[in-house]
Amino acid sequence: MNMAKRVEAVDVTAYYGSFKAIDSITMTIEPKSVTALIGPSGCGKSTFLRSINRMHEVTPGAKVQGKLMIDAEDIYDPRVDVTAVRRAIGMVFQRPNPFPTMSIYDNVVAGLRLNGVRKKSTLDDAAESSLRAAHLWGEVSDRLKRPGGGLSGGQQQRLCIARAIAVEPQVLLMDEPCSALDPISTLAIEDLIGELKDRYTVVIVTHNMQQAARVSDRTAFFSIESTGDPGRLVEFDDTTKIFQNPGEKKTEDYITGRFG
Amino acid sequence: MTTLSQNGSLLAGSLRRRRLPKALPPLLGVAALGVSAAGILGTGAGGWVLTVVVAAVLFVLATLIVSGAVEGGRRARDRVATIAVYGAFILALIPLGSVVATLLAKGTGRIDAEFFYHSMNNITALDSGGGAYHAIIGTLQQVGIAAVLAIPLGLAAAVYIVEYGRGRLTTVIRFFVDVMTGIPSIVAGLFVLAFWVLIVTPVFNHGRPGYSGFAAALALTVLMLPTIVRSAEEMLRLVPQALREGSYALGVPKWKTIMRVVLPTAAPGIVTGVMLSIARAAGETAPVLLVAGGTPAINFNPFSGNQESLSYFVYEQAGAASQFAPGRAWTAALTLIAIVAILTIAAKLLARRSTIGR
Ligand SMILES: Nc1ncnc2c1ncn2[C@@H]1O[C@H](COP(=O)(O)OP(=O)(O)O)[C@@H](O)[C@H]1O
Ligand SMILES: [Mg+2]
Repeated sequence: MNMAKRVEAVDVTAYYGSFKAIDSITMTIEPKSVTALIGPSGCGKSTFLRSINRMHEVTPGAKVQGKLMIDAEDIYDPRVDVTAVRRAIGMVFQRPNPFPTMSIYDNVVAGLRLNGVRKKSTLDDAAESSLRAAHLWGEVSDRLKRPGGGLSGGQQQRLCIARAIAVEPQVLLMDEPCSALDPISTLAIEDLIGELKDRYTVVIVTHNMQQAARVSDRTAFFSIESTGDPGRLVEFDDTTKIFQNPGEKKTEDYITGRFG
Repeated sequence: MTTLSQNGSLLAGSLRRRRLPKALPPLLGVAALGVSAAGILGTGAGGWVLTVVVAAVLFVLATLIVSGAVEGGRRARDRVATIAVYGAFILALIPLGSVVATLLAKGTGRIDAEFFYHSMNNITALDSGGGAYHAIIGTLQQVGIAAVLAIPLGLAAAVYIVEYGRGRLTTVIRFFVDVMTGIPSIVAGLFVLAFWVLIVTPVFNHGRPGYSGFAAALALTVLMLPTIVRSAEEMLRLVPQALREGSYALGVPKWKTIMRVVLPTAAPGIVTGVMLSIARAAGETAPVLLVAGGTPAINFNPFSGNQESLSYFVYEQAGAASQFAPGRAWTAALTLIAIVAILTIAAKLLARRSTIGR
C-alpha cells in the first residue's frame, strides 16, 4: 500500500498573467489527515489547491513561485516530471467530469490505462477496489460497461473519486467536491472522505462551514483584503480550535457569518 | 378574476382558456386550399404554384381571425408562428425532395449490369450501351487518396490550432485556412495543373506532363483541407476544458489526453465535417477535367495515365448530343449521390459505435 505524504508549501505565490492571485502561502499539511481550505469566494483556495499538483500552470499565462515539497521533494524543481507529480497527487473537481466517451469501467481505469497499464487482471482489480473505496461498487457493479455520463450527479462525483484513487495517489485534492450535489450524495462523499484519510493526505476546499467542521482535522482560513488583492493565509490550525476559539478576529467574523 | 373573464380569453373563475377544437385548424387549411383552387385553377387565373401561395395566405388569415376571436390574440399569434415555422421547413425540403425525386425518376433507367461493369471504351456517345465502371473507379480512388491525405493533415492542423497554438503562427494558419475556404475548385485544379502536372511530373516522365487520378486527388485535397480544419477546430473547441484537466490530473501527458480523451469526445462532430468535405470533393468536376484528363477506358492506376470520375462523366454525357447520353448522365449522378450517402451513413454509424450507446 502506498504511503500518504506530507505537503509543505513555502512562500507559494501564484499568478494569472500579471495578476497575483495568492501571496506567500506557507503551510504544512500532515499525512493521513484531512485539511479543509475555507474562505470567501475569490480568495485563492482553488488557485492554491491547483498549485499543489501543478494544475495551475495548465491555465495559459499562469505561473507559480516558491517551493512546494512533497515529503521533502520540491515538485517545482525543473528536473521533476509534471505527469509523475499529478499521478502522485490526485484531484477531484467541483463539477463531476467523467469522460463521456468511456464506460464506467473505462473511466475508473483511465488513469492506469492511459499511463500504460495493459494487464486485464490488474485493471479489473483496480476498478473493483477503487469503486468499493468510493462506495459506488454496489450501485454500478452490474453495469460497468454503461457510459459514465448516465449516472446521477452524486454517482458521477464518486466515479471521479474512484478514478482519482485508482492510480493510487499519495495526496488527494478536492475542490468543492460536493457543491454541485444534493444533501444525500454530499453525506455519502463526506463519509468517504473520513475513510480516505486512513490512506491518503486529503485537502478539501469547501464553502460549507459545517462540512469543514465535520470532515477535517485541520482548517486553513484564506482571505483577501479587497477585490484585486492577492489571497493570503490568515489562520491555519486544528479544526476544533478554528471553529471554537479562532486566533484571528477575521476568522471569527467569517465563521460566524459576519463577513464573506 | 371577473375582470379577466370579461375579455373572453379566460373562462370565469378558471385558468383554462377556450381552445379551438383540434380538428379545426387542419379543416381551415383544407378550406383555404379549396377556396384558392376554385378561385384560381377554376377560373384559369393561374397555375398550382399561385394556388398554393394564395392558399397559404388565406390559411394564415383565417387562423388569425378564427383563433383571435375564440382564443385571444396571444394564441392566434402562436398559431401563425407555428404555421410559419412548418412552412419554412417544408420550403427548405422542397429543393432536396425535388432533386432526389428527379434523380430517382430519371436515373434508374440505366441501372443495369452493363452500366456498372463496363466502361465507355470504344463506345461513342451515339451508342446505346456503355457504362460508368471506369468513372466509379476514378471517383473512389481520387476521393480515397484525397481523404487519406487531407484527413490527417486537417486534423493535425486543427489540433495544433486548438491545443497548442499561441500567438502569431496560429493567427497566420487560421487566416490561410480562411483564404483556402474561398478557393474556387477550378483554381485548385489550375494550381495542381501548373505545379504538379506541368512542372513536377515531367521531371520523372521524359518531359511529358503527367495527367493522373493522383493529380486530381491533390486538387481535391486542397479543397477538402479547409473544411476539415475548420469543422474539426470548432468541434475541438466544444470539448469542455474540464475533461482535459480531468485527464491531466491523472498524470496523463498532453498528447495522450488529446488522442484518447479530446479527439474521441469530438469524434461525432469531426466525422460530420469530414463527410461533408468528402461529399463536396466527390462532386467536383473542374479539377478532374483539368488534371486527370478524363478517359473512356478503365484505368486502375491513379498514379499514371488519364482517369475518369463520376462527376466528369456526368458532365461529358450531359453535354453529348445523343438520345442515349442523358440516361447515362442521370444514372451516373444517382450513383454518385448513392456513394456519398452510403459513405456518410457508414461513417456516422462508426462514429456512434466508438462513443458508447446507452
Ligand atoms: N483562469 C483565471 N484567469 C485569471 N484569473 C483567475 C483565473 N482563475 C481565478 N482567477 C482569479 O484568481 C483569484 C483567486 O481565484 P480562485 O482561486 O478561483 O478563488 P476561490 O477558489 O477561493 O474562489 C480570483 O480573483 C479570480 O478572479
Ligand atoms: Mg474555487
